[in-house]
Amino acid sequence: MGERGIVDCVIGPGPLIRYCDCSPLSLSAMAPPHRPYKRPAISDQQRRRDLALQAQSSRRADAQARARSLANSLLSPPSSAETAESDSERDHEPTATDVATAASKLRGSDARRWFARHIMLPEWMADAPPHLASDWHVFARPAGKRCLVVSCNGMTISRVRNGSILHRFPSALPNGSKRDISGPASSYSILDCIFHEPDETYYIIDMICWRGYSLYDCTAEFRFFWVNSKLMETTASDPPSTYHRYRFSVVPIYECTLEGLEAAYSGSTPYMKDGLLFYNKHVHYQAGITPLALVWKDEACSQYIIDTDSKGQVPSEQHVVLELQEDGKLATSDDPPVVFGSLDNEFIQKTNLRPGNLLRFAFRDERVKLVDGKMEISELQFVGRPNRARAFADSHSKALFQYAARHAPLRIEDLVASIQSNHMEVKSTDVEMQG
Amino acid sequence: MSVDVTQVLLSAQSADGATRKLAEESLKQFQEQNLPGFLFSLSSELANEEKPEESRRLAGLILKNALDSKEQNRKSELFQRWLALDANVKAQIKAFLLQTLSSPVATARSTSSQVIAKVAGIEIPQKQWPELIGSLLSNIHQVQPNVKQATLETLGYLCEEVSPEAVDQDQVNKILTAVVQGMNASEGNSDVRLAATRALYNALGFAQVNFSNDMERDYIMRVVCEATQSPEVKIRQAAFECLVAISSTYYDKLATYMQDIFNITAKAVRGDEESVALQAIEFWSSICDEEIDILDEYSSEFTADSDVPCYYFIKQALPALVPMLLETLLKQEEDQDLDEGAWNLAMAGGTCLGLVARTVGDDIVPLVMPFVEENITKPDWRHREAATYAFGSILEGPSADKLAPLVNVALNFMLSALVKDPSNHVKDTTAWTLGRIFEFLHGSALETAPIITSENCQQILTVLLQSMKDVPNVAEKACGALYFLAQGYVDAGSASPLAPFFQDIVQSLLFVTHREDAGESRLRTAAYETLNEVVRCSVEETGPIVMQLVPVIMMELHQTLEAGKLSTDEREKRSELQGLLCGCLQVIIQKLGGMESTKYSFLQYADQMMELFLRVFACRNATVHEEAMLAIGALAYAAGPNFSKYMAQFYQYLEMGLQNFEEYQVCAITVGVVGDLCRALEDKILPFCDGIMTQLLKDLSSNQLHRSVKPPIFSCFGDIALAIGENFEKYLIYAMPMLQSAADLSAHAASADDELLDYTNQLRNGILEAYSGILQGFKSSPKTQLLMPYAPHILHFLDALYNGKDMDDTVMKTAIGVLGDLADTLGVHAGPLISQSISSKKFLEECLASDDPLIKESADWARIAISRAVSG
Repeated sequence: MGERGIVDCVIGPGPLIRYCDCSPLSLSAMAPPHRPYKRPAISDQQRRRDLALQAQSSRRADAQARARSLANSLLSPPSSAETAESDSERDHEPTATDVATAASKLRGSDARRWFARHIMLPEWMADAPPHLASDWHVFARPAGKRCLVVSCNGMTISRVRNGSILHRFPSALPNGSKRDISGPASSYSILDCIFHEPDETYYIIDMICWRGYSLYDCTAEFRFFWVNSKLMETTASDPPSTYHRYRFSVVPIYECTLEGLEAAYSGSTPYMKDGLLFYNKHVHYQAGITPLALVWKDEACSQYIIDTDSKGQVPSEQHVVLELQEDGKLATSDDPPVVFGSLDNEFIQKTNLRPGNLLRFAFRDERVKLVDGKMEISELQFVGRPNRARAFADSHSKALFQYAARHAPLRIEDLVASIQSNHMEVKSTDVEMQG
Repeated sequence: MSVDVTQVLLSAQSADGATRKLAEESLKQFQEQNLPGFLFSLSSELANEEKPEESRRLAGLILKNALDSKEQNRKSELFQRWLALDANVKAQIKAFLLQTLSSPVATARSTSSQVIAKVAGIEIPQKQWPELIGSLLSNIHQVQPNVKQATLETLGYLCEEVSPEAVDQDQVNKILTAVVQGMNASEGNSDVRLAATRALYNALGFAQVNFSNDMERDYIMRVVCEATQSPEVKIRQAAFECLVAISSTYYDKLATYMQDIFNITAKAVRGDEESVALQAIEFWSSICDEEIDILDEYSSEFTADSDVPCYYFIKQALPALVPMLLETLLKQEEDQDLDEGAWNLAMAGGTCLGLVARTVGDDIVPLVMPFVEENITKPDWRHREAATYAFGSILEGPSADKLAPLVNVALNFMLSALVKDPSNHVKDTTAWTLGRIFEFLHGSALETAPIITSENCQQILTVLLQSMKDVPNVAEKACGALYFLAQGYVDAGSASPLAPFFQDIVQSLLFVTHREDAGESRLRTAAYETLNEVVRCSVEETGPIVMQLVPVIMMELHQTLEAGKLSTDEREKRSELQGLLCGCLQVIIQKLGGMESTKYSFLQYADQMMELFLRVFACRNATVHEEAMLAIGALAYAAGPNFSKYMAQFYQYLEMGLQNFEEYQVCAITVGVVGDLCRALEDKILPFCDGIMTQLLKDLSSNQLHRSVKPPIFSCFGDIALAIGENFEKYLIYAMPMLQSAADLSAHAASADDELLDYTNQLRNGILEAYSGILQGFKSSPKTQLLMPYAPHILHFLDALYNGKDMDDTVMKTAIGVLGDLADTLGVHAGPLISQSISSKKFLEECLASDDPLIKESADWARIAISRAVSG
C-alpha cells in the first residue's frame, strides 16, 4: 500500500453510529506504568474504612428493622384478631423476621410486650377434645423454662416468656456461632424450646423458622417432622463444646392414640416431665393462647400440678393472677379477656394501682360457679402483687384447670376413655360410609 | 492597560518571594478587572517572537489554567466563562495560538499546542471553531518539520481533550490519515515521527470505525509495528505504548496480528533498551487483563457471557511466552527491594507471569516448575531469587488441587530459606511467596486438605517471628505473611493454632513497631496492619491479651502528642504514626466492644481514649482525622448512650469533619459517624442536631463536595430522624424539598454508563433510607400528619423507580420498605393514595416473588403494613 492508498483507505466512509468508550488518555501518563509489585493491592486502611461502612449500613438496617417490628407489635390489634375474617388475620401474624429481630434487638419492656404477643401458648385442658387419636399429637412436656431460641449472625439468644434473655451463647444451630456461618449470616432459625436445667439441654417443642424459611404457615404435623429432619442436618444435638454451649434435643412426639398417650404418659424420658402437651395436627404456629394446643397434668406426670405460693406451699385457697383494666375490671390474659371481678376506684387510688398492673387474688372454692364451661367468681380477695418477673395474668383455662385439679380433676382415665370413644366414632362413620 | 505584561510574567518567576508575590497579585488583579484583555495579552505574549521564552511559556501556562481545572465545578465555570467571551477577542486569541505553532521556539510551540487543545475541548463539542482541524491539517503539508511536529502534537492533545463523538467521522479520518502518515518510515524527521506516534496513542480512541475496516486496520497496525523497529529508542517506546493501548481498546481485532506482535515483543524483551522492553512486557500484561476480565464475565452467574469473546491469546502463546518471561526474572537489579520506585525487567516479567497464571490457571504449572526446580538451589542468588519469584507468582490462578502437592513440598524449603539464605533478595521474595501461600492456599474456604496444620503452624510462626527481626524489607514481607496466616484462621474459633501463641505474636509485632529502622520499607505500617488483622481474627479466649494492648497503644498515642516542636518532616512522620495508632485502636474497640466478655471492662478506658482522640484532632492532618473519626464511631457504638458525656467536647470536631470539603474522605467518614452517634445516643443527640443538620444541608448544596458523599448524607437524615423521632419536625421544611429534588433527579437520570448508574442507585438508596428513617421516626407520634403532604411525591418516586427498571437490588429492597413505612406511619390516611400507586401492586408483587430474601422480607413487611392501611 503506497502513500496514496493510505489517504484513500483511511478516508473511506464509516458507519454513522460509533463507539465512544475511550476516555482521553493523557500524554503525561505515557511513562512506563507501574503495576503493584509484591504488595497486597488493598491497604489495611481501606479495609478498615470498608469494614466501618459495612458495619454502619448493617446497623442502620438493624435500627430500621427494629423500628418496623416495634411498630408492628404496637399495631397488632388488641382484640379483633379472633373475630376478623381469616384473610386479614393472616396479615396480622408476625413474620419470622419480626421474631428474629425482636429476639436479638428488643430491650426491656419492648421485648416483654413483644414476646407476650408472639409465643404460642396452650390452653389448659378442661375437657378432652374430640378426635384425639386422629387429629392430635401428644408429648411429655419437659420441666423447665419455656423460651424462644433464635440463631443468626453467629450468635444464639434464648428469651423466656417475659422477654428477658436467658442465655446468649454459641450453638451448632445454623449461623448460631461465629464458626458455622453458612449462607447469608443474617438468615435465622427460631425454635420454641424448653430449657431443662438438670441436664442443661434445650428441648425443642416447636420450630418457627429454619435457615430463614418461615414455618408459621405450616401445620404442626409438618413442623414436628421438620424439627426431626432438620436438626439431624446439624450437630446441635451433640454434647456441648466451645462453639456449642448447650445441647439441643428433640422430644418424642406421638400420635395421640392409646399407645401414643401411654408412651408419652408413662414412657421414660431423659428429662423431668411437667405434664403432657397436645397439639392439633393442623394448627399453624399462632401467637397467643390457642385452644388447638392444650396442656394437661396430673400428679403422676408433673410435680407442679397445683400452683404454689412464693414459699412453695400449696395455699388453702385457689389463687389467680389477673390484670387490672382501665375500667377497674380484673381480667385474664385471654384474648378477649375474661373478667372475674372488679376493684373500686377508692381501693385503686389508695393502693396506687395502675391499669396493666398484675394482681394476685385468692378465692374460696364455694365462691365459684361454672356456667357453660366458664368460671364465675363472686368474691376475690386481694393478696398482693405477683413476682415481678411475671408478664401475664393467668388464662381462664388455667384458673379453670386449677379449680378442677382441686376438686374433680380430668384424669388420665378420662383421656383414655375419650380416645376409645373417638375410636368407635370413627368406626361407626366407616360403617355409615359403606352403607 | 499600563501593565507591562512581560515584566510581570518574569517577576512572577523570580527567586525573590516578595517580588513573586507582588507579580502574582497584579496578575490576579488584571484578570479580575479585565478578563478579555488579560487573556488577549497572554496570547499575544505567547505569540510574540520578540519576547523572552520564560514569559511566553508562563503566559501560555496561565492561559491554559484559565481554561481548565481538575475540579469539576470549577471546570464548568471556566468553560462557561470562555464561551461567554466576546467572539472577536476569542478569534484573536485563537489566531495567536495557531500562529505560535510555527514559532522557532520549541517551548512556545509546545505550550501553544496544549492551549489550543484546551480551547478545542470547550468549543468543538459546542460546534464552534469548525475550521480548527482543517487549518491544522493544512499545516501538515508545510515543509518545516517544526511546524509539522507542533501540529501533530496539537492533534494528539486535541484527541486527549475532545471526546470522539464530538468530531465528525470525516474529520477523524483526516486526522488519522495525517497522524499515520507522520508515523510512516518514509517520514525523514524523527521529531515529526515521534510526535505522530505519540499523537496516535491519543487518537486511538477515535479510530473505532477505522479499526473495523480490515484494510485501514491492517495499515495502522503495519505502521505501528514498523515504528517499533525505528532506530530511535523514543519512537520504539512510543510505538509499543500504542500497541499496549491497542491491546486493551481493540482486543477483539488482534487475532491476525498476534504472531507478528509476539515476535516483535520477544525481540524487544530480549534485546532492546529497558524502557522499550518494559512496554513490550506490558503488552502481554494488558492482554492478560483483558482475558481475565472476559473470563470473569464468562463465569459470573448473571450472564455467563461476555460482549467480547475470549480469543485465548495467552493460552496459545503460552509455550513461547512463559520461557520469555522466565528469562526476564534473572535480570534483577541489586537492591531493587530497597528502592520503592524501582520497576525493572525482572519485576515486570514476574508481574506478567502472575497475570498469565491467573489467565490460564493450571496450564502454567508444568511450564514453570522445571525452571523453579532447576534454579532454586543454584549458588548464584539471582537464580534462587528468580526461581522463588516464579513459584510465588503462579500461586494465584491454578487450582488448589494442582498447587497443594507442590506447596507441601516447597513449604519446608521456603521456611528454611527464609532463615538461612545468605541473600536478602532471596529472603525478601521467599517471605513474599510464603505470604502468597497463606493468602491463596490457606483458610477454611479451601476444599483441599489443609497445607497449614496445627503441626507445622508452630514452625511457621517461629520462622516468621524470627524473620520479623531481619532487615526491614524482609521483616516487612514476614509481617505480610503473618497477616495472611492470621486471616486464614478467621473462622477457626478457639481451634485456631495461633491462639496459644497470641501473646508472642503481639509482642513480636509491637517489638517491630519500635525498631529504629521501622521507618524503612514501610515496616512500621506493615507491623501495625498485621497487628490489626491478628486482633480482628482473634478468638474470645485471647480477649484479655487484646485488653492489655489497650493501655499500650494508648500510651504510644499519648507519646506522639507530647513531642515538642517538630520539623515538617517529623510532623509528617508523627501524623503517619498517629494514623496507624488510631487505626489500631479502632480495630481493638470493635473487637473488645463486640464481645460480651470484654465489653464492660473495656469501656473503663473510654474516658482516656476519648481524651486522646480529641487531642489528636488538634493536630491537623486529614488521614489522622479520618482514622480518629473511624475509631470514635466504633467507640460510640460500643459505649451506647453513655457516649453523650463526650459530645460537648467532641462536637466541634464533628462539625469540622462535616465541613471538610477538600478531603472528602474525612467528610464521608464523619457523616458515617453521625449515623453511629444517632444509634448510640438515640434522643440524646437532639441538642446537637441543629448544628449537624445545618452542616449536612450545606454539604448537600455545595458544588465543591465530592458527589460520593451525598448519598450517605441522605441516609444520615434517616438516622437522625429515627433517633429523634418527631423532633425532626423542624427540619422537614429544609430536608424534604432537598430529598424531593434529588429524588426527581435520580428517578430520571438516564444512565448510559455503568459508573453513573451505580452512583444514581447509591443516591436513590440514600434518599429512600432518609424517607424510611423519617417515616419510622414519626411513627405513633401525634404529628404524623405533617408527613401527609409529602406522601404523593414519595409514592410518585417509587412508581418512577419501578417504571425506570434500572434500580439495583439494594434500591429495590429499600424502596419497597419505604412503601411499607409510608403505609405503617400514615395508616388509613394514606390508604387511597397507596391503592392508586403502581408500587402497591405490580412493584410489590414483583418484590414478593423475588429470590432475594432481603427484598422478600421487606416486601412481606410492606404487604402487611399496606393491608392494614387499606383495610383501615
